[in-house]
Amino acid sequence: MNKAEVLIIDDEAQIRKLLEITLQSNNYTVNQADTARNGLITAENHPPDMIILDLGLPDEDGQSVLQKLREWYTNPVLILSVKNSEEEIIRALDNGANDYLVKPFRTGELLARIRSALRHSAADEGGTSITCGEITIDLEARSIKKNNESIKLTATEYRLLSVLAKNEGKVVTHQYLLREIWGPGYINQSQYLRVFIAQLRKKIERDANRPEYIITESGIGYRFVSKQDY
Amino acid sequence: MELFINKISKPSQLLISLSVVCVISALCYSLSVYLDYKVVAFILLLTVSIAAVLFDIIPVFATAILSALIWDYFFIPPHFTLQVGSTEDSILLLMYFVIALVNAVLTYKIRQIEKIARAKEEKANTVKLYDTLLNSLSHELRTPIATIIGATDNLQSNNRNLTAANKEDLISEISKASFRLNQQVENLLSMSRLESGFLKPKKDWCDIIEVIYDAVKRIEENNISQQIAININPDIPFFKLDKAMMEQIIYNLVNNAIQYTTQNSRIDIIAHCHADVLELIVEDNGKGFPAEEIDNVFNKFYRLKNTKTGGTGLGLSIVKGFTEAMGGSVHLQNLSTGGARFTISIAAKTSNLKSIKNE
Repeated sequence: MNKAEVLIIDDEAQIRKLLEITLQSNNYTVNQADTARNGLITAENHPPDMIILDLGLPDEDGQSVLQKLREWYTNPVLILSVKNSEEEIIRALDNGANDYLVKPFRTGELLARIRSALRHSAADEGGTSITCGEITIDLEARSIKKNNESIKLTATEYRLLSVLAKNEGKVVTHQYLLREIWGPGYINQSQYLRVFIAQLRKKIERDANRPEYIITESGIGYRFVSKQDY
Repeated sequence: MELFINKISKPSQLLISLSVVCVISALCYSLSVYLDYKVVAFILLLTVSIAAVLFDIIPVFATAILSALIWDYFFIPPHFTLQVGSTEDSILLLMYFVIALVNAVLTYKIRQIEKIARAKEEKANTVKLYDTLLNSLSHELRTPIATIIGATDNLQSNNRNLTAANKEDLISEISKASFRLNQQVENLLSMSRLESGFLKPKKDWCDIIEVIYDAVKRIEENNISQQIAININPDIPFFKLDKAMMEQIIYNLVNNAIQYTTQNSRIDIIAHCHADVLELIVEDNGKGFPAEEIDNVFNKFYRLKNTKTGGTGLGLSIVKGFTEAMGGSVHLQNLSTGGARFTISIAAKTSNLKSIKNE
């Protein structure tokens, strides 16, 4: 595979330097922009494989930059921001961000998120099975196996797990899950989600109280992760 | 007294004290058959003295003058005239005036002096608090910054003299210092969010078991030596609470216990539900809190005397602030077996929808 190109849009020179070193040493090609305007121009002239976008840009709010990008740009956008409020994060995800990482961040975490986002955009979405760590989901047979042993799931548990697994590595909001699985009328019934997440964890996690696959993103949603990334 | 005066406006004070003098005078007048007019003078002087203790200078002056005039007009013979019959009565009236006014002025002066003394004391206390706060804060922020600057200086300009192990140690110190700094900044941000008054809990269904384990996981990432035991009834209902706040409360309580207990101590986290009230207990088997300091531990920037560990004294005040923001209360007690117990009680909506097997 060719080196993936990542465009960094961030006004802080120190953050750009840190990202440049981190990404280049992990075999990514890096482009940089220090304003929203330069970022949009660079992205248009030379569309990258992925964009890392800061929300606090000097000339334009990052959320609106994200909306403009999403009018035509389909590759992953990862938000990297000091803003850590749930509203801001959910808004960014609704505006089409693939993922959100709050500053200060661990570089290991950042690299895992980048790998996961790029893997998604490269993956053939029509695949018939998803493998994640010890877990394999057969989307045609609607069955799941852990270490080659079948795990019996109810219909709803299966739907929940498959939505999470299709978005593996990426945070999926409560609202999205409720709408996808129970329908638009259930958007405020988050207790259903809590129940099924707890049941699912009991079936697939080694210790349901210390989950390794289904990670909680407080106030935002859940993230299905495969340990190999971390 | 101070409060009494501040609460009532000056015109009302004037009205009250003048009416009181009139009422007392009327009473004395109706009893004038039994009371000598000289006794009435003492009764009226007493009234003025009491007014002087309670009220401001202008109402008291007015009271003094009015009472003197009343005494002269109604009680000193000849009655119903301001004229005074004998020389003795003239002297008495003059003395009455002087005593009433001196009384008023003296009481007022004493109060002024008290006020100044109190203001001075308050200012001294504020300055002291501010100094302590600034000292603790600058120490807590500057120590990690000093570590980072010192370590990077070493790596940059002393590189040749450092062994590989030295370098690794320095990098590890930089890392520890930046996490410490980050923790302090987070605390200060939480505190300022609380102080701004704009902090509104975002309540949603919370699986309290998940919240506790998430908080403990964050703590265990710091390689602690204490044992953390979690004891929750698996049938505990969901509570409608702010999950992020709950997690921070648990994190801060457990983290506090870890700071103040020795290696291999035990920390217990217990949660249960009584009639829609979530009761969350974090207790340890350490030494407990000094009895005389228990009332202060939730105060902002308060640090226990003789503590060596780092901290800004914000952790527990954030616990209190977040708990109260969700309408709950926090209680601290020392255990008879040694150790301290924090109890958080929050009334919240509950949901017993804990398992749906057939969907």
